[in-house]
This record gives sequence, structure tokens and C-alpha cells, in this order.
Amino acid sequence: MAKKFMYLNRKAPYGSIYALESLEVVLIGAAFEQDVSLAFIGDGVYQLTKGQNTDGVGMKNFSPTYAALGDYDINKIYVEKESLEERGLTLDDLQHLVWEDEDDDWAEKDSIRLVSRAEMADILDEQDVTLSF
Amino acid sequence: MATLHTVNKSPFESATFETCLGLAKSGSTILLIEDGIYAATQGTKAAEAINNAEGINFAVLGPDAQARGVDSKLADGIKVVDYDGFVDLVAEHDKVQAWL
Repeated sequence: MAKKFMYLNRKAPYGSIYALESLEVVLIGAAFEQDVSLAFIGDGVYQLTKGQNTDGVGMKNFSPTYAALGDYDINKIYVEKESLEERGLTLDDLQHLVWEDEDDDWAEKDSIRLVSRAEMADILDEQDVTLSF
Repeated sequence: MATLHTVNKSPFESATFETCLGLAKSGSTILLIEDGIYAATQGTKAAEAINNAEGINFAVLGPDAQARGVDSKLADGIKVVDYDGFVDLVAEHDKVQAWL
């Protein structure tokens, strides 16, 4: 019986190790065929900004890895609208993450779902396990 | 004395930037580094506070903004420096206060 796993991401990338560690755990967890969702709230939304370039800081740019999540059947990526707005961001500032639906002739579909805080509360409430980073 | 303040925390995660801004004297410089650079991005309350602050200079460490993908979102009029510019700022001020 697959459980609903939520990875809740609340921290900006690079300033601490949380964002990268979360991504590592998500990819490891993907092997266990659970019902996985990711949520990005607060500074966590900064993890998904496009155009990250770490050449100048000598750190690994792990942002391209988010684009691989679709290949691991992780296609429920919730981004909180209020968190984006507080930060002067819109969906256009984030990477365009997609997955291929094998039940729909491998049609490419959006992975990111923009939700309100109230909707996010309901989504979190539905989970069996929530891992917070 | 002209002080160079460095702030490395996101303004959404901690009150460091707000506290620093409240205590910084006219003629000092606040250099935003690491997650502190988000304070200088357009459309945030912190950027508004920067815009309204008088007598204080602001700078952003460019490589940290580029790493985070927000270098094109920095508020108008914010000075962007590289590591050499960071060193210059240190040399130009009487002392450095690193807010952690």
C-alpha cells in the first residue's frame, strides 16, 4: 500500500544544505514507489528559480536536477502563490518543470501546480508522511 | 566611523537585515551576501526599505545573486560588486561588522 509522502521545502538554496539534502532524499525515496509530492513554501520557492549560475561561488548548481524529477514519476510539485508574491516572483521566474504521461500517449504535462495557502493546508493535511526541510 | 555591514540571511527567514538597517548609521554601507541578497530583489518589502533608507549605501555580491538566479531581479540603483569589489569596500571603510 503506497503511502502519501510529502517533501516540504522551506529554505533557499546554497545558503544552507537543506535544499540539496531534500533533493537527495527525494531521489533516493523515488525508488520505493510511494505517492510522492513536493511542496515549496516560504524561501523554498527560491530553489526553483531559473537561470541559477554558481560559477562565481564555487558551489555545485543542483537546480537542473529538479527537471529530472518527472523521469522519476514525481509530478506533483506544489508552489504556494502567496510565497511567490511576497518575494516579487511569478511562475515565469521559475523553471518550467514537466513530466510525460504514459497513459496519455506520453503527452508532456506541467509538474508545477500553483496553489493558494489554503489549498496548501489541505494538501499537507492529506499526507501520510511529511518530511520538512 | 564608516562601517561596512555584511548581511548573509534572507530577510524572510530572519530579522537580521531589518535589525542591521535599523542600527546602521548614515555613511555606512550594507553589503548583502549569500541569502542576504534576496533583500535587494524587486517587489519585496526589504527592497522597499532599501529604497526608503537615506544616507546608507547598499551593495550586493553579484556572484551570490547569479548563483540564486535573481541577478536580473535586483532593484534599480543597487550597486553590484564582485569579490574584488568586496575587498575594495572593506578597504574603504573603517571597520567591518559581519551580521550572522
